[in-house]
Amino acid sequence: MTDFQDIWTYLSSEPLLWLTATLAAYIIGDALFQASGKRAYVNPVLIAVILLAVALTVSGTTYETYFDGAKFVHFMLGPATVCLAVPLYLNLRQVGKSIIPMLVALIVGPITAIGTALGIAYAFGIRGEVLLSLAPKSVTAPVAMGISESIGGSPTLTAVMVILTGITGAIVCTPLLNALKITDYRARGFAVGITSHGIGTARAFQVNETAGTFAGVGMGANALATAILVPLLLTLF
Amino acid sequence: MINHLAVILSLQLLGEVITRALGLPLPGPVLGMVFFLVLLILRPAFADAIKSTAQGLLAHLSLLFVPAGVGVVGHIKTLGSDVGVILLAIILSTIAAIVVSVYAFTLTAKLMGQSND
Repeated sequence: MTDFQDIWTYLSSEPLLWLTATLAAYIIGDALFQASGKRAYVNPVLIAVILLAVALTVSGTTYETYFDGAKFVHFMLGPATVCLAVPLYLNLRQVGKSIIPMLVALIVGPITAIGTALGIAYAFGIRGEVLLSLAPKSVTAPVAMGISESIGGSPTLTAVMVILTGITGAIVCTPLLNALKITDYRARGFAVGITSHGIGTARAFQVNETAGTFAGVGMGANALATAILVPLLLTLF
Repeated sequence: MINHLAVILSLQLLGEVITRALGLPLPGPVLGMVFFLVLLILRPAFADAIKSTAQGLLAHLSLLFVPAGVGVVGHIKTLGSDVGVILLAIILSTIAAIVVSVYAFTLTAKLMGQSND
């Protein structure tokens, strides 16, 4: 028994265990996603998150200890965002001739996202910090947290809402857009990118490269659009 | 591979420094992406060389959101009794925004006489 204690003491003090666990949980999530025939509701991120949350609870591990290992994965988000330039470059002509449809979507999409979220929450009696934190939820997390702080919201609450929005978009987009019979993958990708940032973009790349490219452009452009639109729309509430 | 990673990290670093120095409402990596795009346009041969590294990183973009997602589980109770309403607002507004954005795009493209290729 002391042997196990010694091993656990080592494992819980080193980043190796939770880094490995993060990869393993994702591999399980991705395997289930592939086995389902790539169904949107079998979301690999959601499955991995649930498995890890259970593992942390059962082993009594804090998020700080977990993140000490998982931060290596988390760190790669920055370089991966930079790499979105490659599919963008490879599809540059197609993106170039879509500038005007993208600009139109970039104005009405974020206004809808911010307006409906605030409207619904307000109608159900949500006020103050929680309401303000909800406004930038469709934007990539670092920008959303910055906007939240500047308007008097809670960056932590916003981060939670951003991730929930991303997972929601990644799960609903394919069935929703199929039901609407939208076959233009530029439009599909762009709509998901401006609504559900990076998690939506990751989902779009699972569908095809055109959708992923336009989602990446939408995510980047919406960081700017929402930063401008949120303060304007808040004057209405 | 290492050279490519060094280029990618340098562009991110440049993006982080400039967004902070100028106080831009953009994440550093997004500006880094813009710089990378400019670099690829100026040096098309570089695109062929770096393509596999970049696409390798992007192939499992979903994985990179897992640590942040696990963080959300711990914070979900900070939403307290509002959690149901917040979830409802998030789900409905996400659906509404996807529908509005996709039609804004396709109708504009149609008015411009573009086909969906």
